[in-house]
Amino acid sequence: MTAVLSILKSGASRKVKFLALFIAVLATLSLVRMWADVLDLTSRGTISAALGLAVPIGLAGLGGLWAERAGVVNIGLEGMMILGTFGAGWLGWQYGPWAGLLGAILFGLLGGGIFALATVTFGVDQIIAGTAINILGLGFAQFFAKIAFSKAPGGGPTQSPSISALPTFTFDRLSDPLVSLHGKGYFIISELAGLISGVFFRLSILTVFSAGLFAATAFILWRTPFGLRLRSVGENPHAADSLGVNVYLYKYIGVLTSGVMAALGGAFLAIAASGVYREGQTGGRGFIGLATMIFGNWRPGGTAIGAGLFGYIDALRLRDANGTAMRAIVLLGALALIVLAILAIRKKRYQVVFGLGITAAVLISWFLLTTALPREVALVAPYLATLLVLAFASQRLRPPAADGIPYRKGESK
Amino acid sequence: MFKRIDTLIAPLVAVAFSVLFGSIILLVFGANPIETFIRMIDYASTPRSMTLILNSATTYYFSAVAVAIGFKMNLFNIGVNGQYRLATAVAALVAGYITFPGYLGIVVIIAISMLVGAAWAGIAAWLKVARGVSEVISTIMLNFIAIGLIAYLMAPTVLGVKTAENVIGTPIIPAGNRFPGVSLPTAPIPVYGMIFLAVALGFGYWYLLNRTRFGFDLRAVGMSPSAAVASGVNVKRMTVYAMLLSGAVAGLVGLPLLLGAQYTFTVNFPGNYGFTGIAIALLGRNHPVGIAFGALLWAFLDVSAQILDLTGVPREIIVIMQGVIVLSVVIAYEVTRRVKVRRQQAAVGSAGQ
Repeated sequence: MTAVLSILKSGASRKVKFLALFIAVLATLSLVRMWADVLDLTSRGTISAALGLAVPIGLAGLGGLWAERAGVVNIGLEGMMILGTFGAGWLGWQYGPWAGLLGAILFGLLGGGIFALATVTFGVDQIIAGTAINILGLGFAQFFAKIAFSKAPGGGPTQSPSISALPTFTFDRLSDPLVSLHGKGYFIISELAGLISGVFFRLSILTVFSAGLFAATAFILWRTPFGLRLRSVGENPHAADSLGVNVYLYKYIGVLTSGVMAALGGAFLAIAASGVYREGQTGGRGFIGLATMIFGNWRPGGTAIGAGLFGYIDALRLRDANGTAMRAIVLLGALALIVLAILAIRKKRYQVVFGLGITAAVLISWFLLTTALPREVALVAPYLATLLVLAFASQRLRPPAADGIPYRKGESK
Repeated sequence: MFKRIDTLIAPLVAVAFSVLFGSIILLVFGANPIETFIRMIDYASTPRSMTLILNSATTYYFSAVAVAIGFKMNLFNIGVNGQYRLATAVAALVAGYITFPGYLGIVVIIAISMLVGAAWAGIAAWLKVARGVSEVISTIMLNFIAIGLIAYLMAPTVLGVKTAENVIGTPIIPAGNRFPGVSLPTAPIPVYGMIFLAVALGFGYWYLLNRTRFGFDLRAVGMSPSAAVASGVNVKRMTVYAMLLSGAVAGLVGLPLLLGAQYTFTVNFPGNYGFTGIAIALLGRNHPVGIAFGALLWAFLDVSAQILDLTGVPREIIVIMQGVIVLSVVIAYEVTRRVKVRRQQAAVGSAGQ
């Protein structure tokens, strides 16, 4: 562990650091798996389910990223996601899944457009506008779902008829041997095997597409002049304006893209995850997406990791029949806190060390004193993790400087 | 007098716009808007509906005042949902398991609710002043954590029981711990007794804001933190107090329903009054009377919507109209604010010549 930490501290390239971190995570998982005796921690089923659960959250987070990089805080992701599920269901059951995707994009543009009109053109408070979008998106989807699906064959007032499935890929030759390797329970190797077999098991084409969106976002926002301008609008719109950047235009682009991403997250829920539009399907994932984005320090890679974490814990919760995996999560959390505490010791921030240490001790004793834990523990874990990151690592977080501040051309603060 | 009209214009425009928008949707789907609205008003005029409206409005009023206390200081308490759910769950457990003599039970239960609400909001307050975490984000996280915590508390292995309809919840609250209601003439159901507490809260909120040093400091920080600091206000301490107060009021949100009608907290307890509170606080401009009107309007829309399904239009049109109200009211505020600024500038400019 300390070796990994010293690599992370050193001037090694980002690839090396990432690899070191990856191995450290695998090793931790492996240790927890052995100690808590839960093989399902990295089984093919768990990883595959985690991926499926992570994608909609990640897309919502990516939506949040696009808006906030352009300086607009988007609390309305949930409403835009709901619009996406409806768009996907509405066009999807009639004209097939690809049309469903298009429907989600259109409704995402609608949600993003209304939000942009309020926040960019009229410059109203972004949190309130976001709240309004959440109410509007919900009402809109419920209203039109009743009209569109009530009389449709196999549909109902709160559910669309089923949408035909998109292709999924299973690489049996790769996946199956790895599953048996995972079953052997070797240190680290089994974890790696489970991970790879899970990724290549019933891989939805939408998952691949979503991964592409992450890569594209990272490239566009950080490697192109367009992206530099968009981010400059989120950092210092007045300076951007003085350099001839059309601030309103870039904010509109950011917010519209945000709506599309969130809606695509909704489309994934409707098309790939369940095959129908269903009322209440999003279940707060828009807010979770927001959390992953913050967890990921307003960056695509970090957002993806955050979404992976949320998806992983959710998958464990859903697959955990006897509460043993939940117990493992508590241990995992304790180990993570210990790592953070070690980092804090190096920085001589003893108050933080004390807080983290006490929490870790409580978690470990909880782990030792119980044999199974209720599923609700998992419900809390990712939010608690985000809150802890915000509380104890906020000096490492760097949101866009002008995030959340309404911009008026020619009016400085 | 003119100042009053100015503040009323924005909400009225917003409501009018929302009615217009609703009418267009109704027309598109082949319903006569005027007829529909008349039917809604007719339906809402029955004693039963009026009782329901007063009851919902009571709940909304608590929620909106909780949000408004934060708003006065530019604090966004998005966490009312989590605060009241946790507070109501704990209150329901106490009320369900312990019997108190006389009216002591009600007093204890209300106190516990307010304490739990304040404590949950206090976490966000501490994170804000000690660690610089935005209360918007922390309260969103705390909402979800509250849901998990409640699910844990309600688990049959912990404190929950299976209620009559096979739903997991708290034991039914005994008669002594219930808040007695008052009935409107000929109404089949009583109005929540807690409506009087809501009225008292409105007076208290008004008094606190306008007649106390604390209220003055609160408003001063909201209008200009730097000016407040310059005049000796401890902004951090005010943030904590405001958040605690907001949370304490939020703790009351679930009680009318719990102690006046449902008598048990189940996992299906309504969970979204917090966002309604944000909308209503906004509509009522954080003013105790304005909020009362906003709460009544919201409750009227909710209750009268029940008739819509019978007319062939999905009742969710009301949710769309509510969303339109929120969005157009903030836009209207912003536009009127800009007009005012421009007028002021013009006045200053012409005075200089």
